[in-house]
Amino acid sequence: MEYIIKNGNVYDPLNKIDGEKVDISIKDGKIVDSVSADAKEIDASGQIVMPGGIDPHTHIAGAKVNVGRLIRPEDSKKDTEFSKPDSGKRAGTGFSVPSTFMTGYRYAQMGYTTAMEAAMPPLLARHTHEEFHATPILDHAAFTLLGNNWFIMQYLKEGDIDKAATYASWIIKATKGYAIKIVNPGGTEAWGWGGNVHGIDDPTPYFDITGGEIIRGLAEVNEMLRLPHSIHLHCNDLGHPGNYETTLASLDLPKGIKVDPVTGSRKTSVHATHIQYHSYGGTNWRDFVSEAPTIADYVNKNDHITIDIGQVTLDETTTMTADGPMEYDIHTLNGLKWANCDIELETGSGIVPFIYSPKAPVPSVQWAIGLELFLLVDDASKVCMTTDSPNGGPFTRYPRVFSWLMSNKAREDMLENKVHKWAEKRTSLATIDREYSFYDIAQISRSSPAVVLGLSDTKGHLGVGADADIAIHNFNIDNQDPSADYGAIESSFQRSSYVFKDGKIVVQDGEVTIPNHHGRTFWVDSLYNAELEKQVVSEVENVFKQYYSVNFENYPVQDEYVLKPAPINGIKEAGK
Amino acid sequence: MNEVVLTPKEQPYVPIETSTIKPDDFANKSIDEIKDLEVWYGNTSSKIGDFFDVEGESGPTPAETNILIDGDVYNTKRIGQGMTDGKITVNGNVNMYVGAEMEGGIITVNGNADSWAGQDMRGGELIINGNARDYVGSSYRGDWRGMTGGIITIKGNAQNEVAEYMLGGKLIIQGDVRHMPGVHMNGGLLVIEGNVISRPGGEMKNGTIVIKGIVSEFLPGFEYHGIEKDLNIQGESIKGSFYKFKGDFSEKGPDGTVYVAVAGNNHIVP
Repeated sequence: MEYIIKNGNVYDPLNKIDGEKVDISIKDGKIVDSVSADAKEIDASGQIVMPGGIDPHTHIAGAKVNVGRLIRPEDSKKDTEFSKPDSGKRAGTGFSVPSTFMTGYRYAQMGYTTAMEAAMPPLLARHTHEEFHATPILDHAAFTLLGNNWFIMQYLKEGDIDKAATYASWIIKATKGYAIKIVNPGGTEAWGWGGNVHGIDDPTPYFDITGGEIIRGLAEVNEMLRLPHSIHLHCNDLGHPGNYETTLASLDLPKGIKVDPVTGSRKTSVHATHIQYHSYGGTNWRDFVSEAPTIADYVNKNDHITIDIGQVTLDETTTMTADGPMEYDIHTLNGLKWANCDIELETGSGIVPFIYSPKAPVPSVQWAIGLELFLLVDDASKVCMTTDSPNGGPFTRYPRVFSWLMSNKAREDMLENKVHKWAEKRTSLATIDREYSFYDIAQISRSSPAVVLGLSDTKGHLGVGADADIAIHNFNIDNQDPSADYGAIESSFQRSSYVFKDGKIVVQDGEVTIPNHHGRTFWVDSLYNAELEKQVVSEVENVFKQYYSVNFENYPVQDEYVLKPAPINGIKEAGK
Repeated sequence: MNEVVLTPKEQPYVPIETSTIKPDDFANKSIDEIKDLEVWYGNTSSKIGDFFDVEGESGPTPAETNILIDGDVYNTKRIGQGMTDGKITVNGNVNMYVGAEMEGGIITVNGNADSWAGQDMRGGELIINGNARDYVGSSYRGDWRGMTGGIITIKGNAQNEVAEYMLGGKLIIQGDVRHMPGVHMNGGLLVIEGNVISRPGGEMKNGTIVIKGIVSEFLPGFEYHGIEKDLNIQGESIKGSFYKFKGDFSEKGPDGTVYVAVAGNNHIVP
């Protein structure tokens, strides 16, 4: 099937197209130079055309997401979707943690076509991939959690970086994972002993290694393996007043490491995720203030870093993370139900519902800090749009966040009428009048994540050879002013007029038309050193016999688990 | 005041869900329009007219609309769910969720009700003249914010976990209950005039439970505060002598109160 999209205002930052009317030709799932006269024409006049959205950090598949669904039936009734048996469309429920099918539909309706599960414990990789099976439309990948992994901590402690790299390359392959995810390095392991670590110089029990050593070690490993994505870092001390100093110190650690990925055009050595939660000043919740300007200044002055925000959307949501001790803190703070899991030799996790009330001082400040970071980092190619869904708020709120970014009036309305006055007093938000353009929005939600993930060859742009993942939104730049008509931004991004996935129309007029299209699973296939890998795997097997609850043979994710594999080649035998 | 009379045809084997049977949906509609209102029959969308003969006339507003269900609807769920005004009277038994999420008006059931009667109730009055089953006046599954207002009266007995996560309003059960009445209660008043098998007020943080009958098994998380006579709580005057307990200390800083009649309950006093 061939299509040609005509007359739309195209925003394609990687090809420097800023609202011009450019025809987009589609053939066999790809964007091409030209199509035949038989191509079906889509008239996008008075509409904006962007590459399909890419979410570089979300929680949509795996054990903790599923526990979130299980412990929150009351969340289920807040958003529901009926099945349409003839079309293959499945029923679903859930507002902050939608069921798998609905996750695919809701992302697609917003024009998003790729989403990354940000935290996959190796032991639960199979479950994560099983849920990907049932999450339609989206291309996806999962980041393998390694920041509290016993083998990594042991090898780094022994100073054997080659073995650490070998293990990392093997475990990413074995779990069909995509990137090295670090969550509260050392802290989640300390939680296994009932504690936490504070800052980057606090050694974790038994392994006696600090968060800082883990971050630096894994950052080096990442570039030894020349992975498509940089390390994906959830810093220590998440959500603690005064944590910005830990954040700055952590971000400095991967500075100067030579970056040369096998695929993609990434030049950065660290991606700091949901940085909103790591930009806090003060010493407690009473003198809590924003340090977003300090963090934004650091990001502006340094080129080895990209960030995503973790914007708070002021909803009732469900927090879930591998940062087990932090979830316990939340549970003691709000007293709501709490699920906790220790994942053997690898990581942990926790889940607690959370109500970000706009009337309450702290959530209002968190909301403002997120927006400050968006608006104070000058270069939108360093910034990715996330709410750390569902932690800061569900991904279905992205359109609302776009409207806050594009309209100073929308923010003034919030500050004057909706949020607690602390948002004005404890942050600089009220003094910022920058407004994002659609080009900026296309950067934070399309091109920046594509580049930082190493997928910019085929994703995040509309040039020839790209996958035909395209979103068309009904907003007329000739007669609508985004600054004044911010409600229209939200509604046009919530329900796209057309979404193409791999050259097929999967959404039309805001409704899913092909509910059973299956996306690709990206994973990294690399081999650091075959001989060393044999040795490391045999060491792993021995530890398995002693400590793991499963047999080694049942651990790696078989090829059959990945329905539509899209392996990204990493290094081959570089460590020899 | 106008009345619409629904006469049930034979009750289906698979329960029907009828949250459209309420004055809010009937008001200002013709009989044919009412017959056309949607009900769920299993997973199939169906119509009120398929299960009921409909007669009478609706009023112009919910407040001026009475609904009489003249017969046994033991397999009909969600009657009056979310109603805000007017009246519903049922001459027979009802299934689950009668009066769930109701905000105003009166529902009277001249028969028995199944579980979840008055779940998440906000206001209005629900009267069951027979027995009710589990979770009367409870929260939605998983939610820690349950019934906040209104009055529920059960003339007969109820079963387990009534007033679960109750936050406000009144629930009066004139007969007996089984296990854990007022579990997780955080406000409001629960009066049980009959006996309780076990564990009233488990993990309660606030609110008041009054038990006039015999409690077979009481929880250890409560502090004994002596005997009080002739209570007056939320405008409800309750005669008699009661042991007073505060708790449940399995929770942080609890302020719940349980009164248990002195007569027949000296086995639970320290």
